[in-house]
Amino acid sequence: MNNLLFDFTVDKPTKMVYITREFDAELSLVWDAFTKAEILDQWIAPKPMVSKTKYQDFKVGGKRFYAMITPEGLERWAIQEYTSITPKTNFKMYNAFADKDENPDLPGSDWDHTFSEQNGITKVSIVIYNESLERLERILDGFTQGMKMSLTNLENLLATLSKK
Amino acid sequence: MEIRRDIFQAIADPTRRAIIVLIAIHAMTPNALAEHFNTSRQAVSKHIKILTECELVKQEVSGREIYYTLEIDKMKEIDKWIEQFRKIWETRFNQLDIVLSTIKKQKK
Repeated sequence: MNNLLFDFTVDKPTKMVYITREFDAELSLVWDAFTKAEILDQWIAPKPMVSKTKYQDFKVGGKRFYAMITPEGLERWAIQEYTSITPKTNFKMYNAFADKDENPDLPGSDWDHTFSEQNGITKVSIVIYNESLERLERILDGFTQGMKMSLTNLENLLATLSKK
Repeated sequence: MEIRRDIFQAIADPTRRAIIVLIAIHAMTPNALAEHFNTSRQAVSKHIKILTECELVKQEVSGREIYYTLEIDKMKEIDKWIEQFRKIWETRFNQLDIVLSTIKKQKK
C-alpha cells in the first residue's frame, strides 16, 4: 500500500499545481470516486471538515454545487462546472467559490483529471490552473492548523545556495 | 495608507522572478542587474523596490557599490505555504484509500 505514488508540485510562475497519485483499485471504481458526489463527499474534505453536495449533474455543462463545512458549522460553498468528459479517461471542470445562493466568486480555477490503470493500480493525474495565487491562499484558510511544514519546491535551490 | 506587500506579489511578475533567480546565484549591483533586461533601469529599480518592500531582497553596501541580495528565509515562506497544500491533498487521498477499500470489500 505504501508504495503508491504521490507527487505534488506547484509551479508558481505558471500558477499550475500538478498532483499525481496511485490508488490500489480498478479504474472504474476510482473514476466513480472522483465523479460521483456520494463518493466524493466521503473523502474530498480533509478532516475535520465535511463535504456536502447539494446537487450534481455529471455531464458537459452540468454542475456540482457543494459546501465544505467546518466543525463549527461554517459552510464554504463552491460550484464545479464540467467542461469536458471522456468517460473513464479524463474530465475537466471549472471550480469557483460561491455564496449559498450559487453566485460564483470569480476568478476560479481550471481542473484537468486524467485516469489510467496498470496491473490493478489506477493512476490519477490532476492539473489545476489558478488565475491568481491569492485564490490559492484563500483555499488554505481553515486548513492551516496543525499542518506539518517542510521544504519541498525550493529545496534544490536552497541546497545550492547553502553550499556557497 | 501604506500598502502591505507580501511574497506572492513579489513572484507574480516575470521580471521580478527573473531578478530573484539572478540574485539568488550571486549578489548584484543595480547596473549589473539592469544589463540582463531589455527594459529601462528605472523599470528594473521599480521591481527592486517592490521586492525590497516584500522583504525578499535587501541591499548591502560595499565600498561605493550597492549590492542586492536575496533573503533566503523569506523564500522559505513560499515552501511552507505550498507544503500546506500538499498536506491537504495527502489527507484527502488517504481518506480516499479508505473509501476505496471499503467499497471493494462491499463488492466481494
